[in-house]
Amino acid sequence: MKFGILQFPGSNCDQDCFYAIRNVLKEEVVYLWHKEADLQEADVVVVPGGFSYGDYLRCGAIARFSPVMGEVKKFAASGGLVLGICNGFQILTEAGLLPGALLRNRSLKFICREVCLRVEHPLTPFTLHYHKGEVIRIPIAHGEGNYFAEPDVIAELKKNRQIVFKYTDAEGRETPEANPNGAMENIAGICNKAGNVLGMMPHPERASESILGSADGLKMFQSVVYWLKINRAGQTPSAPVRSAEINLAAV
Amino acid sequence: MTEPPISKELVQKHGLTDEEYRQIESILGRQPNFTELGIFSVMWSEHCSYKNSKPELKKFPTSGVGILVKAGDENAGVVDIGDGWAVAFKIESHNHPSAIEPFQGAATGVGGIIRDIFTMGARPVFLLNSLRFGPLTENKSTSAVVAGNNRKLLKGVVAGIAHYGNCIGIPTIGGEVYFDESYTGNPLVNAFCLGVLRHDQIRKGKASGSGNPVFYVGAATGRDGLAGAAFASRELSEESREDRPAVQVGDPFMEKLLLEACLELFEQADAVVGVQDMGAAGLTCSTCETASRGGAGIEIELDNVPQRESGMTPYETMLSESQERMLIIARKGKEKLVRDIFEKWDLHAAEIGRVTDDGLMRVKKSGRVVAEIPAAQLANDAPVYHREARPHPAAIDTRGTTADTRGTTARNGSHEFPNFKNDREALLNLLASPTIASKNWIYRQYDHQVRTGTVVLPGSDAAVFRVRCGETEKYLAASADCNGTHCYLNPRQGAKMAVAEAARNLACSGARPLAVSDNLNFGNPYKPENFWQLRECVEGLAEACRFFNTPVTGGNVSLYNESPEGAIDPTPVVAMVGLIEKKEWITTQAFKKAGDLIYRVGGAGKGLGGSRYLKELLGEKRGPLPEFDFEKELMVQEAVRQGIQSGWIRSAHDCSEGGLAVTLAECCISGREGIGATIDLEGVGRSDEMLFNEAPSRVVLTIAPEHRAVWDALAVEKALIGEVGGSDLKLETAGSTLIWKVEELHQFWWNAIGRLMDEEAC
Repeated sequence: MKFGILQFPGSNCDQDCFYAIRNVLKEEVVYLWHKEADLQEADVVVVPGGFSYGDYLRCGAIARFSPVMGEVKKFAASGGLVLGICNGFQILTEAGLLPGALLRNRSLKFICREVCLRVEHPLTPFTLHYHKGEVIRIPIAHGEGNYFAEPDVIAELKKNRQIVFKYTDAEGRETPEANPNGAMENIAGICNKAGNVLGMMPHPERASESILGSADGLKMFQSVVYWLKINRAGQTPSAPVRSAEINLAAV
Repeated sequence: MTEPPISKELVQKHGLTDEEYRQIESILGRQPNFTELGIFSVMWSEHCSYKNSKPELKKFPTSGVGILVKAGDENAGVVDIGDGWAVAFKIESHNHPSAIEPFQGAATGVGGIIRDIFTMGARPVFLLNSLRFGPLTENKSTSAVVAGNNRKLLKGVVAGIAHYGNCIGIPTIGGEVYFDESYTGNPLVNAFCLGVLRHDQIRKGKASGSGNPVFYVGAATGRDGLAGAAFASRELSEESREDRPAVQVGDPFMEKLLLEACLELFEQADAVVGVQDMGAAGLTCSTCETASRGGAGIEIELDNVPQRESGMTPYETMLSESQERMLIIARKGKEKLVRDIFEKWDLHAAEIGRVTDDGLMRVKKSGRVVAEIPAAQLANDAPVYHREARPHPAAIDTRGTTADTRGTTARNGSHEFPNFKNDREALLNLLASPTIASKNWIYRQYDHQVRTGTVVLPGSDAAVFRVRCGETEKYLAASADCNGTHCYLNPRQGAKMAVAEAARNLACSGARPLAVSDNLNFGNPYKPENFWQLRECVEGLAEACRFFNTPVTGGNVSLYNESPEGAIDPTPVVAMVGLIEKKEWITTQAFKKAGDLIYRVGGAGKGLGGSRYLKELLGEKRGPLPEFDFEKELMVQEAVRQGIQSGWIRSAHDCSEGGLAVTLAECCISGREGIGATIDLEGVGRSDEMLFNEAPSRVVLTIAPEHRAVWDALAVEKALIGEVGGSDLKLETAGSTLIWKVEELHQFWWNAIGRLMDEEAC
């Protein structure tokens, strides 16, 4: 399985994702330079955290115009798996691959800490290895992670089961105190309607080994590998629309 | 555009003495022109030349096994960590800029220290910082307005550090923060950076090989940072009339590009001869220092220097301190390679000159020579002064006790320390005092987990970081320490105790200390009392570094830290780096498991002198400091290391600010889930002295019950004082029982700073 990690000049979690995939997950991984419109036949694209182009304007606002993002859009449209983490999530919303926007944190301060997430939707290619309602620990580190969308968009997200992770307390309760940044509906991560594009503020690569305090994030990468394996027969990127659910039923 | 003529007044305005000016004339064999005068004035400033502190700095031990690059030779020292790998690290101050403009002052401080590290060829992997502010709340010597201003400074400094470190993607994983009246109006912002590199990747800041091209890379030059020299530029050109901030503005994204481009270039064999960052004194310092180190000359053309403002004079261009710039001496024939790599990262790589063999730093503007100075003499021949020293009264008159100039604390049992008379409340108040309280309000604003190496999160004795060394991994521990109150009361002993505490923190985390970088923060050295503090502290540090076999690999001197109220407490910050040889040895301070046995190693301690208890609760800053003994300290540290390496120790916590009671409370509350303890302290005398004395060389640790016998057999002063378990901290002292709920302790400690900063604690 081949992972491709986008590299914008200000990406700073690219090496961490690379390490988690190569050294912990032990899968093939390459960097995809922002100036090149070439995904090097990656099976899954990771848009890592950082500050893409400095992000002095608005997080991810410039990144969406980069040559590589044009390819990512095509890849996503044809069903390819795209995982946006933190700044990657911001970029995916700016690029129109995911709905909504990430506003400044309620506290107006950058926040780095571990949070608890409840898995809302385990039937995506990224969450197959989790159970519904499972509470996982993954760190966040962002200044603009306050998810916002118009009410009708939120309603759509709910209806289509696109809300994948929510901030909760350790017992899985969706309380205001457990919401670190003021995100609507305690939303920490969402997917597109087809389920092949996921954006999330927490950093699974920072929770991929127990020595770092949690290995709960590793399962996300393992889910992707598993999903790709069971879909190999159909030649990626085959129509993955909701296919996780379909295929899961078959497994 | 005419340059002002050289006059006595102009020389004075540049901070040069008559004698220094005569020396300049003798070096040049003529009168300097205006640009040359400016160049000399910055190179011979205290900041660049250490002219007032050099004789003192020579007292530090700087060599030892494993020291690959020594203090003073390059931008940062380099120390071996085995298997062909090394670390480059350094601490540096940005105190004055942060006092004026806390956000940018602190941000550019971080940017500067990061450049020092990747200039050495190392990839920067983590940051620490050591901060000092005035009190956050009103008290008898701090008005509400002043306290508000102190809070503003804290807020700005933390946001500035976060802005730079978070964006560039280097985690800020630890440090220390103290609050004391002496820092009102003069906060301290010391930033530390550590980088990792292979031995063969070490880069030198030298220019050699006549004809080799000199490249200017990174951000364009502007008029920012002209600082004290700004007066002159206003007289020079029309455009420089408008006011410019004296503090530089940082651009972490630019530095990220510069960092990646430089490291990519360094990977190319034989492309680079030398590299130097443009920090203080910018283009001036980088050109003359590289030429001087390489025993060569250097010639540059200012027309080729990328400039972001028009009409800049040679004087301004040479003295600008614009950020995120580097000088690279490439090998002839590799010009295209250099350009291609910087172009990839969308950066300037301008060829501004070449290396020569005449030993001169020659600066041209549109082909005309505007400065020509022997590089080595400019870089190295700054005058050196031996300042007068006189014992500081605070260190002498500590209410009936004396500390002689050799720093031995006189013991005088007759005087009484005041008593707060409520031990239960005293502990809660101490836990809520900002110096002791949890710093989560601060460190949660820093990305402390990027680079996925932060094995021990902020809040324990030492930060522990896993570094990737090719396909292997290594574990580093780092700690920054200095108790300014101790150094004020007894500079020599306070400095020794700072080194000892740093080493003890590393021991508690399972590490063996390697080396030290120090940041000497003091007042105006022209005042003999201040210079005495500096000398005493340096000698104390030197002795301690020699004893612990931790050479000083570099650092920074920051003098003139004064406000109208007076000088800061002497603050020689010690940043110590250690190596943890096995993953299994990594140890944290939090109690782990009910039933574990709690030991106090290093004795009960005696005397409340210099304690937070006296300072925070009774408003007294006075000595004498408790006794300190090197041999005892080492025995305690060795015992801790042996216990950890043998697998007996479950947790270890250095006993420092707030004494034994605060240490025990922190062990209960600093884990992911709190846990209680039952403690029985035997002994006679005042209970407050037993609980809150800050005698050094002490550690609270826990032993798994099954290892009790082997641990007990170890020859070190220790006492079994209790057991882990329950949800209360229960403490028996001299006939009375004190009980706190762990949750209550946590509340006081965790939310204190957030509450003072009027913020929600999240």
